[in-house]
Amino acid sequence: MSILINKDTKLIVQGITGRDGAFHTSKMKAYGTHIVGGISPGKGGQQVEGIPVFNTVEDAVKATGANASVIFVPAPFAGDAILEASYAGVELVVCITEHVPVQDMIKVTPVLKRNGTKLIGANCPGLITPDECLIGILPAMIFKKGNIGLISRSGTLTYEVVNMLTESGLGQTTCVGIGGDAVSGLYFIDLLEMYENDPETDAVVVIGEIGGDAEEQAARFIKEKMTKPVVAFIAGQSAPPGKRMGHAGAIISSGSGTAAEKVKAFNAAGVPVAKEPSEIPDLIKEKLGL
Amino acid sequence: MKIHEYQARNLFRKYGIPVPEGVICHSVDEVKKKVSDEDKLRVVKAQVHVGGRGKAGGVKLATTKSEAIEKAKQILGMDIKGITVEKVLVADAVDIEKEFYVGLINDRNTKSVTLMASAEGGVEIEEVAKVSPEKIIKMSIDPGMGLMDWQARKIALQLFNDPKQIRQAAEILVKLYQLYIETDSSLAEINPLVLTPDKQVLAIDGKMNFDDNALFRQKEIIAMREADKEEQKEIEANAKGLSYIKLDGNIGCMVNGAGLAMATMDMIKLYGGDPANFLDIGGSSNPQKVVDAMNILLGDKNVKSVMINIFGGITRCDDVARGLVTALDIIKTDVPIVIRLSGTNAKEGLEIIKQTGLPVVETMSEAAKTAIELSKK
Repeated sequence: MSILINKDTKLIVQGITGRDGAFHTSKMKAYGTHIVGGISPGKGGQQVEGIPVFNTVEDAVKATGANASVIFVPAPFAGDAILEASYAGVELVVCITEHVPVQDMIKVTPVLKRNGTKLIGANCPGLITPDECLIGILPAMIFKKGNIGLISRSGTLTYEVVNMLTESGLGQTTCVGIGGDAVSGLYFIDLLEMYENDPETDAVVVIGEIGGDAEEQAARFIKEKMTKPVVAFIAGQSAPPGKRMGHAGAIISSGSGTAAEKVKAFNAAGVPVAKEPSEIPDLIKEKLGL
Repeated sequence: MKIHEYQARNLFRKYGIPVPEGVICHSVDEVKKKVSDEDKLRVVKAQVHVGGRGKAGGVKLATTKSEAIEKAKQILGMDIKGITVEKVLVADAVDIEKEFYVGLINDRNTKSVTLMASAEGGVEIEEVAKVSPEKIIKMSIDPGMGLMDWQARKIALQLFNDPKQIRQAAEILVKLYQLYIETDSSLAEINPLVLTPDKQVLAIDGKMNFDDNALFRQKEIIAMREADKEEQKEIEANAKGLSYIKLDGNIGCMVNGAGLAMATMDMIKLYGGDPANFLDIGGSSNPQKVVDAMNILLGDKNVKSVMINIFGGITRCDDVARGLVTALDIIKTDVPIVIRLSGTNAKEGLEIIKQTGLPVVETMSEAAKTAIELSKK
């Protein structure tokens, strides 16, 4: 078991003929992800890496039974690409594109809810169930199959932590990069619930960032609903207030969403917060009695 | 992107939100020319992209034209939180019976635009939000429907009693939402919205920020950009595909990825150092980016050592290493540098770095400790 994706996931790639789309399609395919089609309006009928290209998501879903989509289209068109996938009935949409306007994400939110679509991102590295399915731009070789779940708002920081987990013998069930934008798809809580219900996941690592209150909500959820141990890390403890740190969407405003508050909330929920990423594997081992 | 108050007032006016008359002046001479000879109560306000200008002495009242000129002379050139005042707004001051706050923001928690309003407007609104959050009314807006008239009325009813004022306020809210959406704003505040003794509802001060990711479709908004020096540096970095924010410390950092960059700064602090900046070189491995990044880092005279922290995912370590070698060939510097490379093609990358003779370490912690030590030499 795993969450969201596994060896039966049938993936389509929106923007498969673009530079990034084509490059990562070949990487995902090499990893063993079951890619059944690609979308590029006006290029239907062509092939990329031996994968059939369709004009619309609807055509692709009808022809292939795809249940997941990954989006590589440029930012001005990403919101529309998410909507197209949602209306075509795709269950899981993963939007890798960065710099998507916030208003576009706000507009898609109620539609996703109505259609029952799960969205990861935008501005995220994707997700992976090791040895089964990789969706996105994650560097495959650092992951290893195991019993740890991981959710992160960051990209490279995720790789850093995964690498440490793998090197200390802690493999993963599914790792999800949810993206750091102000308004995005699935948040910590949604995924924590999935990990709680996944029989193969024994512990979860949460990598948060300053800004917003997703971590505080996660802490509340863990306290009330989780039986599995959780270990956390918060990036941005040294960031000055009111500064947006890159495209991370990490903004501290008027006292809420600071690192100190998040650490406090996690500690109150019995979740140890690592002072630096290298502490995470030991904290997990301690929790699992290893 | 931020704009000045006078620009926000212009946008308000364009959308039919009533604003008192005012002129923008870049010099005392301009004040003499643009302000009418009539003696009346005016307010002279510094135009800077930081809060707290009133407390810093950047907002002054004047009863006559000559007094307005005198106040402008005092404010122009003044330093407010490190920013030199280059322009002042000279606006008609109005008598105020009561002050209110209204604002719109992109709310990450509800994933919608949220309207906020309070009968306790004015400069202390943040204090109100902290001490008595129940005095701030919040309403989440359905992006499909927009701010509906009844919603605007419902908010206005909680701020005003008189039917005419309720109507005026509700109209202002609907127009503000329209402005917010059409300009891809990320914050729009009227603070204060005032009721005058002759029962007019007016926007006295306004603040607007815009979503940088949407500027590609907001030509009119981009044209309003008047960045101060610090912002200019950040914009230049952005144009090169880098995210840069200057901080006060002395250890320069260059990292790929925003989260890892923040974690790197945290680590430097954790071991007793002080980061000089946030610098994210992003996901590409273009050597030119590394050259640009090094130029920006070493342009900060406070920097005593540099920590380069790369975890190669999509960015391949060998490409970063090549970039570094190229960069260090171009930039001659005495500032000590420590490099940490890990992830995709790290081995090849480390091999390339060897020829520079720079210290190379394996973990983030080691890199932070080394950078701190080097900064003390």
